[in-house]
Amino acid sequence: MRLIFEKSSPGRRGVSLPELDVPFSAVLDEKYCRKEPACLPEVSELDAVRHFSNLSRMNFSVDTNFYPLGSCTMKYNPKFTEAAAAMDEFSSLHPLLPQLLGGGMLVQGALEVLYNTEHLLCEITGMDAFTTQPLAGAHGELTGVMLVSAYHKDKGRKRKYVIVPDSSHGTNPASASIAGYDVVVVPTGKDGFMDMERYKQALSEDVAAVMLTCPDTLGFFNPGIKEITDLAHKAGALMYYDGANLNAVLGKCRPADMGFDIMHINLHKTFATPHGGGGPGSGPVGVRGELADFLPISRVVRRDDGTFALDYSRRKTIGYIAPFYGNFGVILKAYAYMLALGKDGLIQVSENAVLSANYCLARLKEHYLPAYAKERCMHECVLSASAQLEKGVHALDIAKYLIDKGFHPPTIYFPLIVKEAMMVEPTETESKETLDTFIEAMIEASKLAGADPDALHSAPVSMPVKRLDETAAARQPDLRWQAKSK
Amino acid sequence: MNYIPHTDSEKEQMLDAIGVKSVGELFEHILPELRPKSFDLPAGRSEFEVIEYLKSLGRKNSSHLTDFIGGGFYDHYIPSAVDALAGRSEFYTAYTPYQPECSQGWLQAIYEYQTVICELTGLDVSNASLYDGGTALYEAAMMAVRLTGRKKIIVDSGVNLIYRTMLYTYTSNLCVEFVETPVVHGQSCREDIYKHLDDKTAAVIVQNPNFFGAVDDFSDIVRQSHKSGALVIASVYPVSLGMLKTPAEMGVDIATGEGQSMGIPLSFGGPYLGFIAVKKEHMRQLPGRIAGATVDKDGKRGFVLTLQAREQHIRRERATSNICSNEALCALRALIYSSLLGKEGFRQLASMNYQKAEFAKKVLSKIKGVEVKRSSPTFNEFTVCLPINADEAVCRMIDKGFACGFPLGRFYKGLDNYLLVAVTEKRSREEIMRFANSLESVLCA
Repeated sequence: MRLIFEKSSPGRRGVSLPELDVPFSAVLDEKYCRKEPACLPEVSELDAVRHFSNLSRMNFSVDTNFYPLGSCTMKYNPKFTEAAAAMDEFSSLHPLLPQLLGGGMLVQGALEVLYNTEHLLCEITGMDAFTTQPLAGAHGELTGVMLVSAYHKDKGRKRKYVIVPDSSHGTNPASASIAGYDVVVVPTGKDGFMDMERYKQALSEDVAAVMLTCPDTLGFFNPGIKEITDLAHKAGALMYYDGANLNAVLGKCRPADMGFDIMHINLHKTFATPHGGGGPGSGPVGVRGELADFLPISRVVRRDDGTFALDYSRRKTIGYIAPFYGNFGVILKAYAYMLALGKDGLIQVSENAVLSANYCLARLKEHYLPAYAKERCMHECVLSASAQLEKGVHALDIAKYLIDKGFHPPTIYFPLIVKEAMMVEPTETESKETLDTFIEAMIEASKLAGADPDALHSAPVSMPVKRLDETAAARQPDLRWQAKSK
Repeated sequence: MNYIPHTDSEKEQMLDAIGVKSVGELFEHILPELRPKSFDLPAGRSEFEVIEYLKSLGRKNSSHLTDFIGGGFYDHYIPSAVDALAGRSEFYTAYTPYQPECSQGWLQAIYEYQTVICELTGLDVSNASLYDGGTALYEAAMMAVRLTGRKKIIVDSGVNLIYRTMLYTYTSNLCVEFVETPVVHGQSCREDIYKHLDDKTAAVIVQNPNFFGAVDDFSDIVRQSHKSGALVIASVYPVSLGMLKTPAEMGVDIATGEGQSMGIPLSFGGPYLGFIAVKKEHMRQLPGRIAGATVDKDGKRGFVLTLQAREQHIRRERATSNICSNEALCALRALIYSSLLGKEGFRQLASMNYQKAEFAKKVLSKIKGVEVKRSSPTFNEFTVCLPINADEAVCRMIDKGFACGFPLGRFYKGLDNYLLVAVTEKRSREEIMRFANSLESVLCA
């Protein structure tokens, strides 16, 4: 499709502004002004509406396609939460209002949303305090690692290392590293869990924290998790819980009860806020005990008279990690979702997410090699296309074939430790019929790998474009449209 | 309500296929001692009940105030088509376009958004978005540290205090040295910046318009900084770029900013939009996702995420940033907003903001005891000195229905009587007059 810039026609306008109702009274000195106007599109409102409506149709989305993208929890996003976030009483609220003298009283409803959300998240995870400020999961991780650092500094300890398993999300080592730590990677053992011997060797008085996902990125719950957290605590290290996989264990276990000290939650995964084509997310961070002293400011507090206020007077705080109180619009949607589901609804989420994933595993394990040959998984299952590779078919080819069948492919080539990995996370909101048609398509792809591998190599054929040359894109980057005259 | 479609008989069939008798068996490896000590949550409610409850909370907010408050976050008009188009669930229920063939709509939109940011700033390359203006500034500072191999950063105190505080928080363990230079007569103090510039300086950070609303031309600071081998980072307000000299025209190396003003509601602080644009030679140090054009195997144009070797999912602890989720939907809003306004509309919008603020300055300066600071030109926000404490004036104005500005004493010592007033295109002449009359009356009270 042509770019919106290529649809431009000089003089065309998409929106009209009101007439200037004040006298034209000043001219800004030329030296402060740009020479040429920005070359923005010149289109009518209909041009823009048609352009973006048609672009929207060139995407797979949860509302149009099954999207079993492992690690991303692409569940259905209930529509009423959109309506909640769009309420003018929240969406038009200026974030500096509560920073005016007595201004907290102007935003009591918004502060109550934040306060209640934090408390629900505490109960769900067992943590003692939450901040809703982090703007995405990785931002929560960074905040968490900064809390680790502040904690050790406060205790007068200098520690340099953060341990992550080799199956971790890439954001874990990246967050630890940009917060100033050296990363120690512990390999996964033959049983699919972190190698305990190597873990014990890696632990020392120089280790600040251990970052884990539980269930891990292979979709397994480590029954020995308590031993891992106990060993870390014995060495004086903190345990960080990457909450990306929380959808598996709501009401079944809680990170704090398992010995984790700090965690983040991806509201855009477990709590059903839409992923927005890559964001916005929201990554609230929870902590246990004295770690609450280090949380970023401001903190939402409830006064004795029942009103809410922002507290900035926290001596040990790490400071400001976001401009205000988090991605409020996202938090509001997640709050609405939690209220609608309630206790039983949330337990049902995990039970059905795990049921669906195990159903996929049970039906696919004869066709694709399950990672680490385990009988059961949690909310997602990792399969390998290594048998198909022997016939010259990669996980990528299977993914592209699934696109032609109308399915967004699973996450592929992650975790990095599984050869030709395909990570299937069906979520609790997909029906058995949908799972069955997806499973049939996966089985068909496996059969085609033997019978007609070229059919897979040439997929997809039904999309607006065929397979794209990613190497050329990186070699000669073309990252923006240029006006012809330039 | 739980949105789960499985019927009891379907569950039975699924359990049979798995070979277990109950869902409970699937959780058996979570040993009893790991089970929740408590899970005391309220019972679920219907959609209707939740919406009614949230409406009751909404009524506790003073969302009816007429905004003359800015401070980097502005009450601009959002055309209806922005909500209609960004509200299409084919956009908002998709995820990061990892599979390009079934994500061409998103990838093309990101490519177009990157073009808008490049056009507004004049710079060569933009990424697909960052969280907000503050984290964008932090990412820019870290880029400068990597590019120069130096660790000292000079920060003009006209840069939003919120962003400066965020910068210091993020770098507290990284041995980055910050030097703050003062604002004199509303503008960046060249003398002080040059005094601190040396061969250890990675970057000079400035903001245009600065927090006091003052407009500047940093060309001289750029020339001087480049002589020392330091980069210049400018945090800019995108609507002002409909009119003001671009970062590129000043020679700035990295431009960042908050994109909220481009079609994104204030929404009590988020979600917002961080943008970053750089000169071409710094492209490979950019954080986050970038969309690029390429061709498919038939030679047809298409779009992909590119230069991914910078990113955490490939490079892990050696990535340029840890960012994964960004603010794509907000970037889409900014793109739609810019497309609707277009070349002429964007220029006109900026001019309208400027003229309305100039008019407000004239009206306010007629109030006895109110002094409008005129030491430097401004865009749509300016500083006034009141005869009373600005905190107090703001309180009294709230009773009159106005969020009349931001009291600068909250962020700067010794400025207790100073008020920062913003006037966007949404403020009518009548509202400006009423604002001035109300201010006059509360000052007399």
